[in-house]
Amino acid sequence: MTGAIQQLGIDTLNSLARLGRRAQFLLQTLSGIGSLLWRPGLVVAQLESVGVRSLVIIVVSGLFVGMVLGLQGYNTLVDFGAEESLGVVVALSLVRELGPVVAALLFAGRAGSALAAEIGLMKATEQLDGMAMMAVDPVKRVIAPRFLAAFIAMPLLAAVFSAVGVLGGYVVGVEWLGVDGGAYWSQMQGKVDLYEDVYNGVIKSIVFGFAIAWLATFEGYDAQPTAEGVAKATTRTVVQSALVVLMLDFILTALMFGEI
Amino acid sequence: MTSTDDNLIEIRELRFAHGPRVIFDGIDLSVPRGKVTAIMGPSGTGKTTLLRLIGGQIAPDAGAIKVDGLDVTGLDNKGLYALRRRIGMLFQGGALLTDLNVYENVAFPLREHTDLNESLIRALVLIKLQSVGLRGAQMLMPSELSGGMARRVALARAIALDPMMVMYDEPFAGQDPISMGVLVKLIRELNDALGLTSIIVSHDVAEALAIADYVYMISNGRVVQGGPANELADSSSEWVRQFMGGLSDGPVPFHYPARDYAEELLER
Repeated sequence: MTGAIQQLGIDTLNSLARLGRRAQFLLQTLSGIGSLLWRPGLVVAQLESVGVRSLVIIVVSGLFVGMVLGLQGYNTLVDFGAEESLGVVVALSLVRELGPVVAALLFAGRAGSALAAEIGLMKATEQLDGMAMMAVDPVKRVIAPRFLAAFIAMPLLAAVFSAVGVLGGYVVGVEWLGVDGGAYWSQMQGKVDLYEDVYNGVIKSIVFGFAIAWLATFEGYDAQPTAEGVAKATTRTVVQSALVVLMLDFILTALMFGEI
Repeated sequence: MTSTDDNLIEIRELRFAHGPRVIFDGIDLSVPRGKVTAIMGPSGTGKTTLLRLIGGQIAPDAGAIKVDGLDVTGLDNKGLYALRRRIGMLFQGGALLTDLNVYENVAFPLREHTDLNESLIRALVLIKLQSVGLRGAQMLMPSELSGGMARRVALARAIALDPMMVMYDEPFAGQDPISMGVLVKLIRELNDALGLTSIIVSHDVAEALAIADYVYMISNGRVVQGGPANELADSSSEWVRQFMGGLSDGPVPFHYPARDYAEELLER
């Protein structure tokens, strides 16, 4: 019994310490971002690695999600003779919810895990220590560019996801199932509001991008410098990112659309 | 040994504990300028920790560490980074940046800390690579290098900014005889040619003794013996003799502490 209580105490203290490290890490990283203004090349290289290399999975997934939405939406709407609203259904689902959320989950799996593994491995192979001993701050040189690149890439990828999804819905709804093409686009234009829907979706993806960038870089930086430690950090990044994204999505949706 | 001014590093009454485990329990140690000093001891005695303490990567619980007259423990981040620019360090695995090739790895400290133009950087990198015999390997990636080559590249990188001293963390561990010979020769020659001060942390007795001017033996958190390398062979300490000779039993027992053997065997 005392053992269990003791363990509870240890676990609580450890989580608090970790929380503290996390906040401290964020402050260090954010303060390192300023120095990147003079070295944009570092961020561009990372944008290529986290952003461009995530494009394939984002585009393919976006296309299929859009196609499924088109199919499911059509089957439901056609019963009410409202299949011409398919464009609205597909666009709203994507722009408000699925675009930011699914893109964030995929981004965490593709880029977040890669970031955590890369940084963790750099720590395990003493590359970060080596840099520090060469008087180069690893947070400024390694972490900050990766953090910024992930933060920038995420909203862009979510936008690509939604755009491709809308096209996927068009292919299934209009090309295969015979919904009127003009209606698909014009109803979408009429019902999807730039501020209410698009901007809110963008805000969501920005928040998710920040959360994933923070989680992934921190987990890599805080990893135990062993093979097992890096593996754990990678897993933790994906699991925590998924949970945080879904939780934040609920909170943001409630604030934006819930009239709370 | 020598007067204070002749020592690049002065460590006094150093105490450091990792959690409940005491690693250094009052260590005094001086590293003379221009010499090669070996710090030896069994695995797990905290030899690498000592290098980290000297480089200011971790802070001691008590005691003073002076490098070139500066108290490392009292330096702020800026001061520490300024000091580190004058220190080269060779990590055990080389710690080369895996996404950069050999040339870029050696150029890394020059690009980070100087505004030299590309042709000057190129000349410097080639000079450093030539001095470790790897100018021909400049376009290789770290993954294409053998362990010994990786360490030589790391050595070229460590001397890129012409430091006042270089710290070597287990430079001979896991090397084949040829690589080992090359490293032994390089460490000594670079030290003398560039006027460096070198600290080698190692448990390879023969190699370390072959190039070291001074040797410190550390065990159980204390300096067991320190002095000129040639005097060590005549040490009166049984522990030093066991370590140098690689004897399986002695002050460091072969058996891990355990209950009485007969009693445990007969137990039901």
